[in-house]
Amino acid sequence: MQLIPCPWCGPREEAEYHYGGQAHIAYPDDPQGLTDQEWAQYVFFRDNPKGPFAERWMHSAGCRRWFNAVRDTATHRLLTVYRSGEPRPEVPTP
Amino acid sequence: MTADQLARVAITETPRLTQLSLRLDPAGSSSAPVAAVLGARLPTAPCTWAAAPEADLLWLGPDEWLLLAPPDTADLAPSLRHAIAPHFGTVTDVSSQRTAFDLTGPGAPDLLAHGCAIDLHPRSSPTGTCVQTLLAQTGVTLLVLDDAPQAPTLRLLVRTSFAPYLRSWLGDVASGT
Repeated sequence: MQLIPCPWCGPREEAEYHYGGQAHIAYPDDPQGLTDQEWAQYVFFRDNPKGPFAERWMHSAGCRRWFNAVRDTATHRLLTVYRSGEPRPEVPTP
Repeated sequence: MTADQLARVAITETPRLTQLSLRLDPAGSSSAPVAAVLGARLPTAPCTWAAAPEADLLWLGPDEWLLLAPPDTADLAPSLRHAIAPHFGTVTDVSSQRTAFDLTGPGAPDLLAHGCAIDLHPRSSPTGTCVQTLLAQTGVTLLVLDDAPQAPTLRLLVRTSFAPYLRSWLGDVASGT
């Protein structure tokens, strides 16, 4: 089984984690002012790149903290993990 | 590791431990009064536990600890609440949430290795280790009470509703079935 490094607990089995979708999606500053189309864009539409992708993960069977990871969607290799609130680090492109 | 050593692992249940869930900011103003009540500072290194005069202090997260005290320690929660009241933090009694299984014997780490990916060799899990992980698909908190190779002692904290299953699983592994 693939090991995912939790920024708090260290490498653990993938089964201990939950996936949380794309990271760094900010809540709209003025949600009342959004059109239906803009709201739908915020709620439903996500990037789907081939390559490095910043995602949210949660160590649900461990420390139960959310964190962010940059994962290569083509190889399923996790390039880096970082605690939530920290900026996305630069990852070398393979 | 022989089947004989697995069979000789002593498995005992320590029920009804007093358990308190403690949430606070370790860098905030509430950590000093709490440390004064407990007699020791809360451990801030991930995946560790520390013994204090009043309770065992288990790191569960960067702002979350579990305190283990002997059964019927009724005065700990009120005194912690009193200390924390002027500050930001919570104390919750969760004694009914989990029960404890203690495993003692040279085969104890190998017994758990049948269903747990944590490396329990003293080199990577010395005395004072406290990890939350999956054991036989069950969420457990695993404490290394003593890493002595001749007689390691491990403690499993498991949700009460999962305890009969986990106890059966431990028995099955120990007996080799």
